[in-house]
Amino acid sequence: MKRKDEMPNRFLPREKHSHPLAYFPDYKSSIKRSPQKELLKFPTTPSEESGPVFSPSIIGELDNNLILNHADDGKSAIGQRLLVFGTVRDQHGRPIPDTLIEVWQANAGGRYRHKNETYLAALDPNFGGCGRMMTDANGNYEFHTIMPGAYPWPNGPNSWRPAHIHFSLFGEAFAQRLITQMYFEGDPLIGLCPIVAAIQDEKAVERLIAPLVMEKTVPMDCLAYRFDVVLRGREQTLFENRPEGL
Amino acid sequence: MKKNTLLEETASQTAGPYVHIGCVPNFAGLQTVTKTDLGNSLNIDAFGGQEITIQGKVYDGDGASVLDALIEIWQADGFGIYPRGNTDIAMPSNAYTGWGRCASNLETGEFIFKTIKPGKVIFNQDQYQAPHITFWIVARGINIGLQTRMYFAEEAEANKTDPVLSSIKDQSRVQTLIAEKTSNGNYRFDIHLQGAQETIFFDF
Ligand SMILES: [Fe+3]
Repeated sequence: MKRKDEMPNRFLPREKHSHPLAYFPDYKSSIKRSPQKELLKFPTTPSEESGPVFSPSIIGELDNNLILNHADDGKSAIGQRLLVFGTVRDQHGRPIPDTLIEVWQANAGGRYRHKNETYLAALDPNFGGCGRMMTDANGNYEFHTIMPGAYPWPNGPNSWRPAHIHFSLFGEAFAQRLITQMYFEGDPLIGLCPIVAAIQDEKAVERLIAPLVMEKTVPMDCLAYRFDVVLRGREQTLFENRPEGL
Repeated sequence: MKKNTLLEETASQTAGPYVHIGCVPNFAGLQTVTKTDLGNSLNIDAFGGQEITIQGKVYDGDGASVLDALIEIWQADGFGIYPRGNTDIAMPSNAYTGWGRCASNLETGEFIFKTIKPGKVIFNQDQYQAPHITFWIVARGINIGLQTRMYFAEEAEANKTDPVLSSIKDQSRVQTLIAEKTSNGNYRFDIHLQGAQETIFFDF
């Protein structure tokens, strides 16, 4: 980090409109858990422009197969079989290779495998609900799972979460750290969910809704949904002459 | 200069109360994908720097401790170098990782990190940042991960000239970013989401 061109570039500021409001009273838990004072705005420094790098060796053979990774030998999870796939890019459209993605979700009945879970839907002995993977050299990822069920939650008198898969992404710098949720095309519960509605920009909501992609479905096996992710991009001033960008 | 058309960022969504399943599965009782949770250890033995322990809780607007928080830290090593540096050290390896992850205790809300004290970190060609640790907090009710920093009280000189700390207009709030030294090598860093002691969170 001696020469200026070895310093990582700053990140573009986060796009406020693309993200949910921190304080959104319709989502009750946000009332007491959102900062009330203005955030301190500061350009990124090397502390945010760097981030952990994970070795592909941490990924086991079945880590990206939630149908099988918690199942007994010869068994598989109950539910509609799915392939979820997509590309992780930055705002400049550059794929982000070799980055860790962690996913978790409820089972086909809408129940999580968790100590604090009290929903009456049954546990599936062959479904854990947890998986992870690294993007490949082109920023692509995919995993097999089952369609999560919608579930009720204690927000209003009768609140239901649309079917969703939680995603955690690292990107290439801590400034890009993101946790989000993927929804499914055509789910009528999306429009009723205050967690979704905390995002004010309809287009930003649409980008969280994965479309069915028939070309990627596997006949006699699974349906396929595409979920592409865009993480913050860096300012590009220092590297504008290089053909590949940064 | 050509103006780029930028893609729009993917929206954040809350990690929810069951973040443990995906991020610390063993903590959640799931040995499905791995025997140890990522970020459990920062591999401080590999480094041999000054070992420190950081303990704390996350408090909500009622002063109740948040029992479902997931906290991550990212920091430089004792020389002020981020582990990735220019060398692409992949984790886990024999190297100090600089990255830790801890779920709040489900009953007490307490989190704990065993790490090393970071050195001063470069800011630009001629300026350094005071030793600090970046914190990232998610939980049910937090719609977008909260970013803050922990600084060290005994680094008063460095803190005074730190570019981030000195940019804070209300200097009375700076103390929300300074860990309390409870004994040699042990620090307490509580995070207040709201209220009179609300922690300064960053829009980096
Ligand atoms: Fe959920």
